[in-house]
Amino acid sequence: MTHKNLVEVDGLSKSYGDVVALDDVSLSIRENEFFALLGPSGCGKTTLLRVIAGFEEPDSGAVLLGGENLLSLPPHKRPINLMFQSYALFPHMSVERNVAYGLERERLPKDEIRSRVKEVLATVGLMDKARTRPAQLSGGQRQRVALARAIVKRPRLLLLDEPLSALDRKVRAEMQLELKRLQHEVGITFVVVTHDQEEAMSMADRIAVMSLGRVQQVDTPVEMYQRPANVFVADFIGTSNMFEGVAVAGGVDVANIGFLPAQDPTPAVTGAAYLMVRPEDVRIVDDGGNLSGTVLETQFFGGASTIAVQVSGHVAPVVLTCQGTANVQRGASVQLSWLADKAVVLAR
Amino acid sequence: MASAVAQGRGASRRRALGSRAVFLGPGLVYVTAFMTIPILLVVSYAFLTRGRFGGVEFPVTLENFVRALDPIYLRVLWNSIFIASATTLLALLIGYPTAYAITRLPARWRTVALVLVVLPFWTNFLIRTYAWIVLLNSQGPVNKTLENLGLIDAPLELLYTRGAVIAGLLYAYLPLMILPVYASIERLDRSLLEAATNLGASKFRSFITVTLPLTLPGTMIGAIFVFVPSLGNFIVPELLGGGKTVMIGNLIRDQFLKARDWPFGAVLALVMVLFLAGLFAVQAMVARRINGRGARA
Repeated sequence: MTHKNLVEVDGLSKSYGDVVALDDVSLSIRENEFFALLGPSGCGKTTLLRVIAGFEEPDSGAVLLGGENLLSLPPHKRPINLMFQSYALFPHMSVERNVAYGLERERLPKDEIRSRVKEVLATVGLMDKARTRPAQLSGGQRQRVALARAIVKRPRLLLLDEPLSALDRKVRAEMQLELKRLQHEVGITFVVVTHDQEEAMSMADRIAVMSLGRVQQVDTPVEMYQRPANVFVADFIGTSNMFEGVAVAGGVDVANIGFLPAQDPTPAVTGAAYLMVRPEDVRIVDDGGNLSGTVLETQFFGGASTIAVQVSGHVAPVVLTCQGTANVQRGASVQLSWLADKAVVLAR
Repeated sequence: MASAVAQGRGASRRRALGSRAVFLGPGLVYVTAFMTIPILLVVSYAFLTRGRFGGVEFPVTLENFVRALDPIYLRVLWNSIFIASATTLLALLIGYPTAYAITRLPARWRTVALVLVVLPFWTNFLIRTYAWIVLLNSQGPVNKTLENLGLIDAPLELLYTRGAVIAGLLYAYLPLMILPVYASIERLDRSLLEAATNLGASKFRSFITVTLPLTLPGTMIGAIFVFVPSLGNFIVPELLGGGKTVMIGNLIRDQFLKARDWPFGAVLALVMVLFLAGLFAVQAMVARRINGRGARA
């Protein structure tokens, strides 16, 4: 499967006074993929979105869409639509007028506008709300209108700014599936901005993790989880156990604990390093473990349990998860082990 | 225990009612004393007969209303509506762009601009109106400037015209247009404009289709704020209209103070109040429609 790049972001920088919002950001987004920009608030993800949409001008750098310079196009002429975090529905227009707005700006024939509005309202399941005003809709319905209004234009790229943040938990899970289904159905490239790593992991084909205006890593969710590129990504995505030490062949030498095995990283890391291992890769063994400690706490979550183990020489408890119930008692002495290729060495 | 809870609830409700009365009280007294009672007086006077030396007497009559339909008075009413409408229209044409421009200023300059808008209010209304007499008279700065520029040969008759009245009213009430319009543009969610842009609307289009309709309720408030005092004003027409331009405000005042015909003055006042109440009703209806609340589902 070959990947054609739809968007190329190249060396984008933008600062507001002393605050650097984007610091030499480069990434590419492929045709028809579901791409997530993930990071804590203030990491620059929203600025990047607004630069692509044309609401902000970068200080330097380029953005190409299908090989053409996007930044030279005025914002209202870009083949890109944005679903706003607040949805930004026009309160003085009915649902169908909201959805038709973008098509009317293209001066399409009235019949075509009517049929396309109808079609897209059917897609998002709001046929019966066509004449309703946004104020009378629920949050989930408003979000569908915002989505319909954006996709009815058949943009080459759909940007979604924190699309699910305004919804309550149950509706959010529903909409996650819905967005995913829609993306396949309409065949538009989706770029979703979010601070919620679970949301990004569950929806996106690929994720770009951003921090302090920089792209930390661009990868598939699985790769990102298993092979984080640096400490920030390891810490931001999922739960991790970190050990601080010095990289040696086949692992990391940790003060007060000793040698811990890990996969040799590529490129090689020398000197100060972290060893990172995920809770589900840590197992309790009878003998010959990498670490020994005392069980501090066990928590049962129905399908799985979490066990926190206090390891002498290590400040934070080591966390591990196992299927079903934990077969150890609080206060029990245990030995912990993991397969070398499940642990990752990260430069400090 | 249930009764104790109920009792507690009753007590707290009484307390809430008590504190509500404390907060509402002054306003309620004020509105009753200065709004409700005077209006009831005006309404009752309108149906009574004129007293010999002012005041009112029985019997109850509808004659005052019939008299108000006399073409002489209808012409005064029409003249007042014309002048107030012209003032409002000009205030709108000047005030809306001004308010819009102020919202686009950096935050610090916005405050400065708003202070400048209300600055004239710090001077007495009469004095400001007298200043217009100085400005507009045949030897005044306006005529002198036009003469010096060679645009006119003889001084123009600017003062004591309908135009002068409109200029005076416009000057007096323009801030009342700018402030509510400013507030409604300022309150407008900028992401709506971004959404319009994102959907392919040019700046002009998004102004026409989003900004204008969504600021219409605020603009109507501004229009009413200008129209209402313009319609009832009797100082400006007297000073700048030279008594030639009679407006309904002058007429009402004259009925009470000069002609001593209180019932007829009350009828004219009542007509004005009803007319203005109608305007507010229209504004409320438009605002409800724009915001989509109460609109048909």
